[in-house]
Amino acid sequence: MSAASGIWARRWQRLRGHRAGMASLILLAVLLLFVLADFPLEALTGIDPNEADLFARFDPPSWAHPLGMDEAGRDVLLRLMVGGQVSLLVGVLATLLGGVIGIAVGVAAGFWGGRLDALLMRFTDGMIALPLLPLLIVLGAVDLTKIGFSSEFAHSGAAGFWRIVVIIALVDWTAIARLVRASTLQIRERDYIRAARAAGAGAWDIIATHILPNIATPIIVAFTLTVGRVILFESVLSFLGFGVVPPTPSWGNMLNNAQELVTTAPLLAIYPGALIFLVVMAVNFLGDGLQHAFDPRSEHQE
Amino acid sequence: MTALLEARDISVHFPTAAGLVRAVEGVSLAVQPGEVLALVGESGSGKSTLGFTMAGLQTPTQGRVLHEGRVLDRAMWRQIRREVQIVFQDPFGALDPRMLVGDIIAEPLRLQRLGNATERAARVAQLLDQVGLPGESASRFAHEFSGGQRQRIAIARALAPKPRLIVADEPLSALDVSVQSQILNLLKDIQKAEQLALLFISHDLAVVNHLADRVAVLYLGRLVELAPRAALFAAPAHPYTRALLDAVPRIGRKRVRGQGAIAGEMPSPLAPPSGCVFHPRCPIAQAICATTPPPSVQPRPGQTVLCHFPLAEGAL
Amino acid sequence: MNRFILRRLLQSALVLLVMSFVIYGLIGLMPGDPLDVMVASVPGVTPEQIARLRAIYGLDQPLMLRYFHWLMAALQGDLGYSRSHSVPVLAVLAPALWTTCKLMLISFVIAVAFSFVLGITAALKPGGWLDGVISLVAFAGISVPVFWLALMMILVFAVELHWLPASGGSTVGDGSFVDQFRHMVMPVTTLALATTGGFTRFVRASMIETLRADHIRTARAKGNPPSRVVLVHALRNAMIPVLTVMALSFGSLFSGALLTETMFAQPGMGKLIYDAILSNDFNLALSGLLFATLITLLANLAADLAYAWLDPRIKL
Repeated sequence: MSAASGIWARRWQRLRGHRAGMASLILLAVLLLFVLADFPLEALTGIDPNEADLFARFDPPSWAHPLGMDEAGRDVLLRLMVGGQVSLLVGVLATLLGGVIGIAVGVAAGFWGGRLDALLMRFTDGMIALPLLPLLIVLGAVDLTKIGFSSEFAHSGAAGFWRIVVIIALVDWTAIARLVRASTLQIRERDYIRAARAAGAGAWDIIATHILPNIATPIIVAFTLTVGRVILFESVLSFLGFGVVPPTPSWGNMLNNAQELVTTAPLLAIYPGALIFLVVMAVNFLGDGLQHAFDPRSEHQE
Repeated sequence: MTALLEARDISVHFPTAAGLVRAVEGVSLAVQPGEVLALVGESGSGKSTLGFTMAGLQTPTQGRVLHEGRVLDRAMWRQIRREVQIVFQDPFGALDPRMLVGDIIAEPLRLQRLGNATERAARVAQLLDQVGLPGESASRFAHEFSGGQRQRIAIARALAPKPRLIVADEPLSALDVSVQSQILNLLKDIQKAEQLALLFISHDLAVVNHLADRVAVLYLGRLVELAPRAALFAAPAHPYTRALLDAVPRIGRKRVRGQGAIAGEMPSPLAPPSGCVFHPRCPIAQAICATTPPPSVQPRPGQTVLCHFPLAEGAL
Repeated sequence: MNRFILRRLLQSALVLLVMSFVIYGLIGLMPGDPLDVMVASVPGVTPEQIARLRAIYGLDQPLMLRYFHWLMAALQGDLGYSRSHSVPVLAVLAPALWTTCKLMLISFVIAVAFSFVLGITAALKPGGWLDGVISLVAFAGISVPVFWLALMMILVFAVELHWLPASGGSTVGDGSFVDQFRHMVMPVTTLALATTGGFTRFVRASMIETLRADHIRTARAKGNPPSRVVLVHALRNAMIPVLTVMALSFGSLFSGALLTETMFAQPGMGKLIYDAILSNDFNLALSGLLFATLITLLANLAADLAYAWLDPRIKL
């Protein structure tokens, strides 16, 4: 399959030429290692990032706790790591889920066109018109017991985690939907689609075999950029108290009491936000690099 | 003998922002098994639209397509798909850039569930050989091939399900002149070997002369003449056909002056002229041509023409 | 033109209506119950009394019916009573709306102005070091969490330097213009900074596209640096899509305002909605959200109209 690896090898070359993109890739790898370092560290030192020791509040850095303790007496370094795991995981999952919704809507609108397209686009435009943060807050404030979940489940950590993944996905799919629709419209009229029809392909065959693989490149770029956006959403929601709920840390909710922290322990207000900033910057630069690598103008005639 | 594929009074209209485009208007013709029927016309004549309609890729606004006497609706088309295949004009847009050539050729087999994976691979190898490409082409991508080679791949794909009719929509027009004759000969050989019916769409009469058994001439969506090749070339009955023939440069023949040349361009299908649509450019038009649509007549056996004043044999 | 406006108005009204139903339902799903506060202050209240209260206030009716009642009242101008402020909702919303509009508009204007200057400067020499710096800053602008930026600003300017007040709309006992101005500096700066990044990137991209246009390249090739007239013309062309994108970003601007107000304790709509949700003040939360939606819808409508009016290619 030398030819297949040929295209991807060329793309990799182009990405390598994009300095910011490569730097970001390395930075993200480092950050991933950082957040995963929690597992061996916890095992080695036996420290529980969720265990509060009120006698140790705001302890300065020491050998046992390189970044000191937070406002509830928990180890800051470990919480940053675990919080990173949560934030990154939410970022990836919500992107995937929202992406699936967006692709479904976009392909349906672009492929079948007509009234379905008009209907879906009205709906999408309607959603784009809404102020997202207030909507997310309302969704985040929903009491799960009122829609039938048991009280036990509703207050569990898992529910909190999945809730935020779902509501971000529900609200953020529109950008991908538009992109997918535009790409689908472009491809729909190509002769190889007609040839597939003549060969006996039904709608699903055509979508799966011809349309999706051919719109993969812009989708990959869009997904990468979405991750950055989603991480920002999660951090805001968690910060406001509607996202990931303590004691589970997330980079956002570690800034919950930040306004007080600013006067007492400013560093604690800087770390989580700085990390969010780094990750989102890196992801955005990576997306830029990918766009450069996938640039159709440098690709063969399509 | 029942026609293999027949168009009965087909009209295809497209509503657009600028108005109703009458791409094809009241065309009836039939392709017999094993015959090469050429569909000739300038751009805008509706020949591609008619070709797509007969290949089941375009739903006619009026009229029907019949396969061996049976009317084809969507359900019926699904059943007879493997019998009618198509080769497109642009070799670059006709092959999925993300698929391996082998998969492209095998796609009709996969969709029609013909054979298992091994059998399909064997068939692909056989087809590649038939169109003159090396077997290893199957594991490469379309963009690695030249225009002519891509057209061969497209032909292999069309042949895969062993169809009985192939619609070839200007298969040579996008190719370099040096390559055109190769592909043309390939088509000829395959048509004879497999005894395929071929609906060959083209604007190039010189090519048609090499290949066709019968020729249908389209003008602004109307079928203006339908005749056996020899008869059409020797004694065209429609003034438009006559003008087309005169425009073809042939070595050793002096260009005919005067009556041969046609003035102006083909009008837009949005606003077809009244009466006979050719009358504004017709050298022998009379008053009736502007008011009354011409009847379809048979001035000579086997030759149908849409004209008030069909040209006599040897005329002008 | 009028049909277009009418159609868009109807669409917006429809979206608002649908959203009112959705938000009404969602708010109902928030924890707590309108009766909670009443019940909490009366120990020993029996379940039968609660049920009777529920019936009196119509809280036991099905969702659609309750929504309908709310809608009828709302259309007549009665948005209900704010539980947490003990005054009718409108009385609380109106002044908050004004604060938010001030914040949004000033930030928007600053962001537009800066992004034009930065974006155009960067576009004039793409790839240069100035472009690199500007692009980097813009990138940072769209990657930074707004609330963290606010925190950093509070840390630096309020806590460390004591130059600016950390929160509030004005200091108690001093409502002078200077005082209000001092309170607004950080919120406005934060919001403007967060918005400028995205705008700058868009202005830059749009200018680069336009400058690449043929007529400018031709002028350059002839050896003349593009005259100011040409540049201004290019600017006008580039700005049409840019302005509409900016107007369409009102939704995210409002979200940013909500955040900024909460961070800096500004008495605006954002903080109002946030506090209302936290204290389960259903009426206020519902009305606040709907107003927010209304503002965004109107901004989008204005953007659409401006775009259609500015672009001569669009026929209304």
